[in-house]
Amino acid sequence: MPATARPVKVLVLGPFAVGKTTFVRTVSEIRPLSTEERMTQAGQLVDDLRDLQGKDTTTVAMDFGRLTLSPEIVLYLFGAPGQPRFHGMVRSLMEGALGGLVLVDTRRIDDSFDAMNLLEEAQLPHVVAVNHFDGSPRYRDAELRDSLSLDDQPLVSLDARRAGSAKHGLIALVQHILDHHRRLEHAR
Amino acid sequence: MTPSRHRRAGMIRSYTVSGGDASATRAGLDAATLLLADPARPLAGLAAHPRRVMDLCLPGALSVSEVAAHLELPGAIVKVIVAGLVDSGHLAPRAPFVPAASPYSTDFLMKVLKALEKL
Repeated sequence: MPATARPVKVLVLGPFAVGKTTFVRTVSEIRPLSTEERMTQAGQLVDDLRDLQGKDTTTVAMDFGRLTLSPEIVLYLFGAPGQPRFHGMVRSLMEGALGGLVLVDTRRIDDSFDAMNLLEEAQLPHVVAVNHFDGSPRYRDAELRDSLSLDDQPLVSLDARRAGSAKHGLIALVQHILDHHRRLEHAR
Repeated sequence: MTPSRHRRAGMIRSYTVSGGDASATRAGLDAATLLLADPARPLAGLAAHPRRVMDLCLPGALSVSEVAAHLELPGAIVKVIVAGLVDSGHLAPRAPFVPAASPYSTDFLMKVLKALEKL
């Protein structure tokens, strides 16, 4: 990595099994330093697995990916675990972050409120991204905005498994922060 | 416990690794902070773990998280080791970009956006 690079930190948040690890893996240029482990019987009692067939691993600490954008910019992606018992860790990860991407599964929309609240509390700019799963219901944007109580935050739709699509989430986030800045400068 | 796919760091207590220190001597070390090693600083006299951190950082900049992952140590412990190396001048930290803290943030954000669109 170039010695002149400046790190930029972005968080990927969302409920359990929404695709945070997949997102980081898709976007990262390094093999993501993931800490996904097979779920134990004990975890199954705590983590709600309804409608989530095929999920037998979970992130136990965090996912971490890197994306070198230019000799002076390196993007770091941190996917933090979705379970509420990790909120303390998410709060410390949010320090010094540019913003966050909240992933949403349309089968469990309300599960993403938690992550949105954490980002709002920290006053970090964020973008809500619907990660489409095969067989998950599709809704119109207006309906989604309404049920997610979004005012001016952007809402994007992506497929965390595809690089081109996942990148859109990051572009929307940077665009959102830029717009916010311009408005602030204008008001000054 | 599930059997690990990784080799565990062994049965060494965290406070042994950190040389007995419980907290980092400097605040502001973030998981995304980049560490730049000074090749002119002598490595002789460093304990095993600080030495391994230097070995990881000398070929190029590396973030605190990556160092932690390579050493298979918790981030908080790595921060203690790194803080010591920063104090002795072995490592120079570069904090993550925060838009509110920089007067040139719009320019920088535009660069990030352009680079992302080009990918």
